[in-house]
Amino acid sequence: MEPVKAPAPLVIISSSPYIHCGSTISAAMRDVLLSLLPALAAAVYFFGWPALSVILTCCLSAVICEALCQKLMQRPITVGDGSALLTGLLLAFCLPPELSLGLAAFGSFCAVVIGKQVFGGLGSNIFNPAHLGRAILLASFPAQMTTWTMPWNTAAAEAVTKATPYTDAVSSATPLAALRLAESAWQRGLNVDLPSLSALFWGNVGGSLGETCVPALLLGGIYLLWRGHIDWRIPAGYIGTVVVITAIYGWLREYPTWFAIYHLLSGGLIIGAFFMATDWVTSPITKKGRLIYALGLGILTALIRLRGGYVEGVCYSILIMNMVTPLIDRYVTNVPFGGGARHE
Amino acid sequence: MFSRLHTFIGGTHIDAAKNLTAELPIEAIPAPEKVVLPLSMHIGAPAKPLVQPGEKVYLGQKIAEAQGAVSSNIHASVSGMVVGSERRFLPNGTVAACMVIKNDGQDTLDPTITPRESGLVLPPDEIRQLLAEKGIVGMGGATFPTHVKYAPQSSGRIIDTVILNGIECEPFITADYRILIEHADEVIRGLKYFLKASLANKGIIAIEDNKPRAIELFNQLTADDPNISVVVCPEKYPQGSERHLIYAVTGRVVPERALPSAVGVIVDNVATAMQAALAVKDDLPCYERIVTVSGNAVHKPGNYRVRIGTLYSHLVEQGAQGLKNDPARIISGGPMMGFSLHSLDFPVLKGTGGLLLFDHQSELAKLPPENPCVRCGKCVDTCPMFLEPTQLFKAVKRRDWPAALAGHVGTCIECGSCAYNCPAHIPLVQYIRMGKQFILTDGFGGHNPYYKK
Repeated sequence: MEPVKAPAPLVIISSSPYIHCGSTISAAMRDVLLSLLPALAAAVYFFGWPALSVILTCCLSAVICEALCQKLMQRPITVGDGSALLTGLLLAFCLPPELSLGLAAFGSFCAVVIGKQVFGGLGSNIFNPAHLGRAILLASFPAQMTTWTMPWNTAAAEAVTKATPYTDAVSSATPLAALRLAESAWQRGLNVDLPSLSALFWGNVGGSLGETCVPALLLGGIYLLWRGHIDWRIPAGYIGTVVVITAIYGWLREYPTWFAIYHLLSGGLIIGAFFMATDWVTSPITKKGRLIYALGLGILTALIRLRGGYVEGVCYSILIMNMVTPLIDRYVTNVPFGGGARHE
Repeated sequence: MFSRLHTFIGGTHIDAAKNLTAELPIEAIPAPEKVVLPLSMHIGAPAKPLVQPGEKVYLGQKIAEAQGAVSSNIHASVSGMVVGSERRFLPNGTVAACMVIKNDGQDTLDPTITPRESGLVLPPDEIRQLLAEKGIVGMGGATFPTHVKYAPQSSGRIIDTVILNGIECEPFITADYRILIEHADEVIRGLKYFLKASLANKGIIAIEDNKPRAIELFNQLTADDPNISVVVCPEKYPQGSERHLIYAVTGRVVPERALPSAVGVIVDNVATAMQAALAVKDDLPCYERIVTVSGNAVHKPGNYRVRIGTLYSHLVEQGAQGLKNDPARIISGGPMMGFSLHSLDFPVLKGTGGLLLFDHQSELAKLPPENPCVRCGKCVDTCPMFLEPTQLFKAVKRRDWPAALAGHVGTCIECGSCAYNCPAHIPLVQYIRMGKQFILTDGFGGHNPYYKK
């Protein structure tokens, strides 16, 4: 017998409103992916094919992991919304350029499955999935995760090598690591060569493959601001706090005046402030809440960078503030227009 | 000199889509064979019928009388015979007793109706009396009885400003715009009566900046009156909301759960002002109104003058020249806050500003699936009441009424800005609306009248 099909509705009844601005989650994800293209191009330009293979591995494995996981959990498969692809790309951007592809794929698995799907999928995760994936990799494979390669331009690499005479130049050759060593040198009255500010700005330094080129990241960040996908309070508050704290710290210790600028341009601060901390799911929903969140991020990052065991603190500060987000949302609420007398 | 921008915080920019009907003059459509007049087309108690089936009535004759403090009189909108009374669903989903009058086609006006030379010589009491007697209610859609607003405040508070709401921020609807253009004199006259009735000395006509012709016209007409001015508000939804209009125009904030009179302001729609002018000077009751019929499923969108109680089917046939396509979405009111209907068998009420019909191809006839909330905060940023719709909808979904109340769910004006902007297509305001009803009915749910506790 033919199954009886429900007839198409003649007239649709629903509750207002009946119009919509037309935005969708997948369109927003597309915009964020688009905004990361300049940084992707810069990564490939500076670090070559190995970087591209890490990026492709991460993206592909993120999408596959999400699809498999959803199939196993018997949930609708939603890889089409682009969020897994975005997670994979963002994860790749905070990995060393010549990481083995197996580890990259494992990172993607952690990001998508442990970072997102086990919590219930898109919208339910507590932590930024990409940063969670990176944190798991860093804790599990510290040696591989801190083996940096230099961009093809060796002049900058040599500068770093000169600055780091006491350690293996290759394993700690990020500008922040160099800065840490330079700090101890300054305290002993020595002077050292560091990668120049312009090399830092353009991204011609060692580091995670997507975090080094500041103009490419700024371009993407401004695009996201213009499209209204991110709130300026988070990047401005975050970067501002880091700059203010490092400037005061540098001034108290009589470091060179560009100390704060160095912190601003190096490491994952720019990519973290524009692309990671602004993640919708894991940041507060009110404007006031976002400012507090950004302030917390800045303080934590500056603390870790200046006084912590790690030279870089963006990843952990974002993960820590992700945990604080529900608390902020609970206690930092808006006062309704017209007062705020509690309803009985 | 520094001049304040006459707007509010939050809200959203919506394509007004008014060009279908904005420049079409008001057209009167012939009175229907029968009219259906609900005894409850205002906020407050239903009116008590004064006529029985079989009785003959004049056009404009009072057929039902206000009951209690907040209520309104109902008048016959055609002359003819009362043929019955029936219970009917109204567009908002409530059920009301209705009087059905068969039109004799004569339009014999009630002989007691006697126009005055001038309404301005009347004392405030008498103007209020006339507003009550002639069944004037807020015609912007809320249908609050107008005379109640103008009654002396029990708190003794003095009203200093009357604002006429000519914003009309709902897309597609142009009825108020046509009233501004074609009935400017009546609107200003109505405002003068309102000023007199409230003893206020400042009258303001607020118009959104997407209506330059109306702004120019009213600037000219009010140039020599020191008490009346025009305020231009930038186009933004929901500028027409009473609280937001008061804030935009005067900078005053109406406290939560208080009425505008708490800050010395009364707001009335321009259509109400026009009707008040007719009531006070010409002694005419509220028996017709201007309705915009629009959308891509009708042949002739336009602005039509119809008798109250005309069925939508007659309005579409006679005014809009019938249906072009099968309608898939029928909306009584605007697309942001109107009610969707399953048929055209509903009467035009005092608060009906628009009737929109869209076919299956239209975006308005689509119901995209709801996705999980990604906490983007767009609803929070856009909420003109500074609420957190995403938290409220989650509270309603898990039936956590204390959490919904702690989030000020009752403060929501149901403008729909949150749902309009949600990238996950979550019906946010719909959940909130449902939650409010659940709370009102102590967890029983729905505003269907059959679900009484």
